[in-house]
This record gives sequence, structure tokens and C-alpha cells, in this order.
Amino acid sequence: MNVECKNINNVLHIYLQGELDEYTAKFTREILDSTFLKEKFNEVIFDFENLEFMDSTGIGVLIGRYKNLKSRSKGIYIMNPNPTIEKIMKMSGIYEIMPKIS
Amino acid sequence: MYINEMNLTFDSLSENESFARLAVASFCSNVVKDIESISDIKTAVSEAVTNAVVHAYDKKIGKITINCFLKEDEVKIEIIDNGIGIEDIDRAKEPFYTSKPDMERSGMGFTVMEGFVDKMIVESYKDKGTRVTLIKNISR
Repeated sequence: MNVECKNINNVLHIYLQGELDEYTAKFTREILDSTFLKEKFNEVIFDFENLEFMDSTGIGVLIGRYKNLKSRSKGIYIMNPNPTIEKIMKMSGIYEIMPKIS
Repeated sequence: MYINEMNLTFDSLSENESFARLAVASFCSNVVKDIESISDIKTAVSEAVTNAVVHAYDKKIGKITINCFLKEDEVKIEIIDNGIGIEDIDRAKEPFYTSKPDMERSGMGFTVMEGFVDKMIVESYKDKGTRVTLIKNISR
């Protein structure tokens, strides 16, 4: 699992690469939370283009980050999920709190 | 009548999840030719193995066994642990229910499994363990 963050005009782009599951969740959480503390931003965009695999543990990670950012009222968006990840995202209803954009 | 069988036993460590789902997907790819079905199997197996890693043995490490049977028209995958068992299976299957909400768990595991395979059977006995059976139909 690799997490890259780029802050472009106060929009935090987060590129997830690899497999997000129980094993990689802790590392992913830690790096995201420390980035959120460090950076100044108004919106977060998760780019899933290179995320090859995610199971429902990933949904837990995303909801956890949503809760952390809610108090700072930041918008969160999702981009480029693969078809299998898209199915899980839809099943969970998570797009209601972090809409998918293209 | 099965035409091919695979058995796998490993420690209940989260680092084995990736290996376990890949092993099953790779074994199934001999008969399951469409990529979507392989991805579905991979995700469903990952959910079942995650459940066993997180819940079955409390904080100890135990064994997880996967039996995989390839048949003419279906793939049957059993994910078995000898752990503490699930107290209330119906409740555990409810979407968003988790016994560990403090750990940022989504409670979506069984819901995802049900959505990604054609049939799911959960059998569990207190202090004996849990067996999750996943069946995916093969269209040829």
C-alpha cells in the first residue's frame, strides 16, 4: 500500500495505490490523519485509480476519516474506483457522504 | 462431484489476507474465466478471512483453513476457524452491525459476501468455531 498526497490550491489530492485491507488499514489511517493535521485545505479528493483492491475494511477507514474531518467541515470526494470497489462503495451507501466525481 | 480441490491452512494474521485471497482467486481462475467473477471471489474471501482474523481468536493467534472445491458449474469455498464462534448469526449478518464499532469497522462484511457470491452459509458454534461457505456459480 502506498499513499501519496498532493495539495493543489487547498484541494488535497490523495492517491491510494495497492491493496487496502485489514493489514494495510492501520498504516493508511496513520498517514492520512497525520497529513490532515499538517496540511491546510478545504476539500479532499481520494483518487482510487491505482487502488487495485479494497474490501469493507476500507469502508471503515473512509468513514473514520469522514468523522475526523466533519468537525472541520471539509468536503470529501472519490474518483476512479475500479468496478469491484465501485460495487462495495454503492452497497455501503458511502457516496451519500463522499460523492463520486469524475 | 468436484473436479478439483485445494486446502490451505494459515495463521490468523492480517498479513496473510492478501496471500489467501490471491491463492483462492488463482486456483479458481482455472475454471472461472471472467475477470469480474474472479474479483468478486477475491473480495468475498477477503471479507471472510478478515472476520476470522479480527473476531475468531480474540487477541490470540489461531488457524484459518480454506477449502476450495471446483465443480462443473460452481465454485465452493469454505473459510473455517476454530475460534470463539458468533453468538448471534442473524445479527452479525445485519448491514452495519459490528461487535467492534470502536475499531472503525464498517459492519459490512457479511453484506459484501452476500452481494458478491450466489450463496452464503454461515455455521457457528460457541467456542468451537465458525464455517462460512461461499458458492459462486460459473457461467461457461
